[in-house]
Amino acid sequence: MGIVTPGFRGRPRSSGPELPPGQYLTEDFPVLSAGPTPRVPMDRWEFVITTETSREHRWTWDDLMALPSETPTVDIHCVTKWSKLGTTWQGVSLDTLMSDVDTAADYAFVHSYGGYTTNLPLADLLDGQAWVAFKFDGEDLHPEHGGPARLLVPHLYFWKSAKWVRGIQLRFDDEPGFWETAGYHDYGDPWREQRYQGD
Amino acid sequence: MARAAVPGRLTWRVGTLAEARAETPTARTLVLDVPGWPGHLPGQHVDVRLTAEDGYSTQRSYSIAAPADGERVELTIQAVPDGEVSPYLTEVFSPGDPVELRGPVGGWFVWRTTAMDPVLLVGGGSGIVPLMAMIRARRAAGSRVPFRLIYSVRTPDDVYYADELRRRARDDAGLDVTFAYTREVPDGWPHPPRRVGVADVNTNGWPPALTPDCFVCGPTGFVETVADILVALGHDPRRVRTERFGPTGG
Ligand SMILES: Cc1cc2nc3c(=O)[nH]c(=O)nc-3n(C[C@H](O)[C@H](O)[C@H](O)COP(=O)(O)OP(=O)(O)OC[C@H]3O[C@@H](n4cnc5c(N)ncnc54)[C@H](O)[C@@H]3O)c2cc1C
Repeated sequence: MGIVTPGFRGRPRSSGPELPPGQYLTEDFPVLSAGPTPRVPMDRWEFVITTETSREHRWTWDDLMALPSETPTVDIHCVTKWSKLGTTWQGVSLDTLMSDVDTAADYAFVHSYGGYTTNLPLADLLDGQAWVAFKFDGEDLHPEHGGPARLLVPHLYFWKSAKWVRGIQLRFDDEPGFWETAGYHDYGDPWREQRYQGD
Repeated sequence: MARAAVPGRLTWRVGTLAEARAETPTARTLVLDVPGWPGHLPGQHVDVRLTAEDGYSTQRSYSIAAPADGERVELTIQAVPDGEVSPYLTEVFSPGDPVELRGPVGGWFVWRTTAMDPVLLVGGGSGIVPLMAMIRARRAAGSRVPFRLIYSVRTPDDVYYADELRRRARDDAGLDVTFAYTREVPDGWPHPPRRVGVADVNTNGWPPALTPDCFVCGPTGFVETVADILVALGHDPRRVRTERFGPTGG
């Protein structure tokens, strides 16, 4: 336990849902981004998975819409301390997108429209853990929140769920992305409070 | 996007409140003594952790308001109505009280005193805090880089660092300060209250051709609007750095 801050009581607490350490519950949907919100024209939108042998697998918006989608309801945890429970999304599972991709890579380097990047182990994108999401709460995903489509990897801090996702590069080595280079954790497990490098 | 430097491991430190100053009726500057503080860059923030008697603890992020100065860390906190942490820090937390913090955090929303391009700062409400660190650092380092600040507040009473900004606008050569009032304007102001719009950013900012570094900070809606305006005016999105403080307000 940390040192007690005199006179601090905090909000009245009932036995609410358990949250990862250091997180608090919000009903809002705050935004964390490093720059302006990119606006991506749908007719030029594409999503590309590039393997370690430079093989490219491409989807246009129509291709993506033609794939079977899922509607996961998940909890999300942002490194800026808020958590939001029971959020409902619609998106295409990475298992579906990866089904024809032949790879031996261990890591994924995700890049976005607007230049944002993030890194995570490929294993964390598979087995029903990640989606390319295009709807939130039944509505088209708002650009502020990453629309037209964002990565959704709810078991890691939310900066790993790259907004405006454009592609994934599969690699043998773990290349730090945008926030990771600025000192955030390469993995980012909220339950182990891996906010910053070294946590 | 450009890469920032990798800081080392961040550990929790105990800071003690040395001094508190009222900035407005609802905002307070906290000057903390933090033994072992490693220093920071203008624009970075800290994570503050508060722990109650029963062991419950919670964390929030706060920008650092002043450039590195030994083991001193200055924060300015706006009391958010019904907030869990900010009313405590603005109203209850007293000189001599300890608090845990760690940082500095953030390597992107920073201005380095060695940078040469003109700078546009656009702040809404408490979003002035990291921008003020940049303005203070510029002067402390003797930098001559031209700075323009557009500062959006609800009313004239909501201006943080009001005397200092007035003095600096007069004395810090190359610093221009303009205000936008969203609810109530000072006597004799040329137009009624309004939100920062294209005209304000165009008139009081820099032309994109000068490739300024733009820093936009404040409530999410404010930052979205201003960043969109900058891009629409032709600024390179990679030169528009943003820090979003919270969901509403401004
Ligand atoms: C990188 C970063 C830097 C920050 N720097 C500063 C700073 O220098 N000074 C400062 O005063 N704050 C700053 N903030 C905001 C701060 O972290 C807290 O969010 C804020 O103090 C509210 O916390 P709270 O516990 O009082 O309110 P909470 O209990 O968290 O929230 C109470 C209610 O207020 C709303 N709310 C939360 N945050 C805000 C906000 N910022 N504006 C309006 N409504 C809000 C919530 O949606 C909720 O409805 C920063 C945030 C970030 C992410």
